[in-house]
Amino acid sequence: MIRYAYIIPLLPLISFWINIFFGKRLPRKGDWVSLATITASLLMSICIFAEVFRAYDPNFKYHVAFPWLVIGDRFSLDAGILIDNVTAVMLMVVTIVSTLVHLYSVGYMHGDPRYNRFFAYLSIFSFSMLGLVLAESFFFMFVFWELVGLSSYLLIGFWFEKKSASDAGKKAFVVNRVGDYGFLIGIMIIFATCGVLEFDKVFAAIGAGKLQGQLLTLAGIGVFCGAIGKSAQFPLHVWLPDAMEGPTPVSALIHAATMVAAGVYLIGRVYPLFTPDAFLFIAYFGLITLFISATIALTQNDIKKVLAYSTVSQLGFMVLGLGVGGYTAGLAHLTTHAAFKACLFLGSGSVIHAVHSQDIQEMGGLRKKMPITFWTFIIATLAIAGVPLFSGFYSKDMILAAALEFGMKNPAHYILFFGALLTAGMTAFYMFRMVILTFFGTPRDHHKFDHAHESPLNMTIPLIILATLSFSFWFSPWFGKLVVKPQTVANVAMAAAAQAPAHEAAPAAVPAPAEHAAAPAAAHGGSNEAEHEAHIAHMAHSYAMYSSVTVGGLGILLAFGIYMLGWVDPNAMAERFKPLYQFSLNKWYFDELYEATVISGSKAFSRGCAWFDNNVVDGLVNLSAQLGVFVANLIGKFDNGVVDGAVNGVADMTIGSGSILRRVQTGKLFHYLFILAGGALVILLVKFF
Amino acid sequence: MMTLQAFLIISAALFCCGLYTVMTRQNGVAVLMGVELILNAANINFVAFAHYLSHVMGGQIFAIFIIVIAAAESAVALAIFLRLYANTGSVEIDTADRLKG
Repeated sequence: MIRYAYIIPLLPLISFWINIFFGKRLPRKGDWVSLATITASLLMSICIFAEVFRAYDPNFKYHVAFPWLVIGDRFSLDAGILIDNVTAVMLMVVTIVSTLVHLYSVGYMHGDPRYNRFFAYLSIFSFSMLGLVLAESFFFMFVFWELVGLSSYLLIGFWFEKKSASDAGKKAFVVNRVGDYGFLIGIMIIFATCGVLEFDKVFAAIGAGKLQGQLLTLAGIGVFCGAIGKSAQFPLHVWLPDAMEGPTPVSALIHAATMVAAGVYLIGRVYPLFTPDAFLFIAYFGLITLFISATIALTQNDIKKVLAYSTVSQLGFMVLGLGVGGYTAGLAHLTTHAAFKACLFLGSGSVIHAVHSQDIQEMGGLRKKMPITFWTFIIATLAIAGVPLFSGFYSKDMILAAALEFGMKNPAHYILFFGALLTAGMTAFYMFRMVILTFFGTPRDHHKFDHAHESPLNMTIPLIILATLSFSFWFSPWFGKLVVKPQTVANVAMAAAAQAPAHEAAPAAVPAPAEHAAAPAAAHGGSNEAEHEAHIAHMAHSYAMYSSVTVGGLGILLAFGIYMLGWVDPNAMAERFKPLYQFSLNKWYFDELYEATVISGSKAFSRGCAWFDNNVVDGLVNLSAQLGVFVANLIGKFDNGVVDGAVNGVADMTIGSGSILRRVQTGKLFHYLFILAGGALVILLVKFF
Repeated sequence: MMTLQAFLIISAALFCCGLYTVMTRQNGVAVLMGVELILNAANINFVAFAHYLSHVMGGQIFAIFIIVIAAAESAVALAIFLRLYANTGSVEIDTADRLKG
């Protein structure tokens, strides 16, 4: 089955072409084409996952490629697919969520005027995302990277009649461009030094020391810039909350479960090439992101905005996890987050569908009206809050443990753990604040409450499936065993570089004994160190578990206390800490900041360019034109005066001499005779005298 | 005894008379008469040179040819003048300038 893996992305592509051209004329406007192809992809992914799972090998790797672009013998680029355990898991994540979102959209988008186009876009997105997951080189990674960006743009601006939606689409596209630029620079550094683009070959080249030191760090940070853009990390996180203008199924599929996780997946995919410095950079960006977005999520009132900021925050967790060396932790959170966050988004879509509002202050008491939505929503919320037995606990706990372990080894970076721990508490708090305001208590808007109703079956079934996947027992038995941290080639290269001078220096002084003495000592120290490390890891894990359960519980308790039992009036609190509240409500003024600096800066720059263009460039052009006219005038004068003068002069001379000479030709016979006789006489006289 | 010089002098005088007539006369017929004088001056030269300097009759035969050609020429010229007179009412050669460019 795994041999046919390349068909998985191609099926949605076919459906895209069918739907974009013939969707309108097909029965049911072609939704079944998309649904059928993505379901087929899902089934194939399940088969492949089963195959990979049966092998149960942490180093499983299936790699097939054919030469795609060959330029002489200097450069060749392969097209192919690479399937290892992470890929198999990602295939499952993408196809499951995508299939469920397709199913959900049949109900949610019912009656939309561009129904067929919506499914076409969903198909092109599925194609791009699956291609991205299967890509085996930086080149194809980048191609599909841009394609998911395109489909994200199309789907955010799907209701482009709304100005806010089309603006949000453009914003997402442009902001992503900034990150992609960094990604491209990273790829260029790698290509310029290693000369290859396939992941395996690049790692081999770095291992061979072709790219090292500062430049390798820079390449890693460059690639991470792509992830900053796509995974909405600080400072490019501003596009994701705006992207909620798109239809809710899109938010669930692209902006919660799959595409935004592509950045995290990318970091995991190229994990071996990051240097310790690059990892530290990644970890701190993750920390900043998760903290900022969690504080913003505390005060938002739009149900989708809360979820959007919580997505940004959870992506920050993943990035932090990968940054502090928790490879398994980060990718586990990616996988679990995809399920519960998709469930939350689809649940919010169900709520929005029922009450026709996104403001949680207008909801309340929906628990009884929408039982299925409520129960699935609460399960997913428990998962994101990190309650034991739920999937979020399993993965977030691993991240916190990795952060704590990192902090124990490098005490200067303890803040990575405590920041994340505090944010985990905030996550529990704001998620339960949202759940309580939406589903508990008494309805605040009776008109909307009376109209509310449970969503149809094709919308609730995805919710139930995703909620089922939010339990940890689906993941915990195998994930840590199959997805293991790859060897970092950057370290190998650095170690080799460090060793080389030592070897050169050694032979002169004490050649053999020193090495003999050093080797056992190193081995001994190594085993001790390994034991010590295992001890730290164990300690970190238990501490992290207790503390995360504690802060999660505190957060939930606080949310219930404030919003249900009324310990403190939230409005009074907001009034009391007004500056902080406003700061959070206005999203740390990031949009205003960018408006004031980047946007107005680039506007000023473009005005400057326009001025330069209008005055200098146009001036030069006009000057050269005037110069041309001037020279042409001169040439015209020369032409009229000298050339024509010469021509006319010749003519005039001919006419003049003609008019003089014609007098000789009188036509009178005796004149000619006279001249003839005179001439003869002169000849005679000359002859004889 | 007649010498060659005597013939040449007569011939030159005759030629000058003819040339003078041709140069000064306006009347076409008079000009034609001047041309006859010039031709006959040439005839005298031919015959004289043939008589004194050669023993073949080439000169005399040339003279006879010239006489014949002169007769033919006069006939043609007189016919032209006749047509000229019919068209313009005069045989003044200065008036016959209608072919001038």
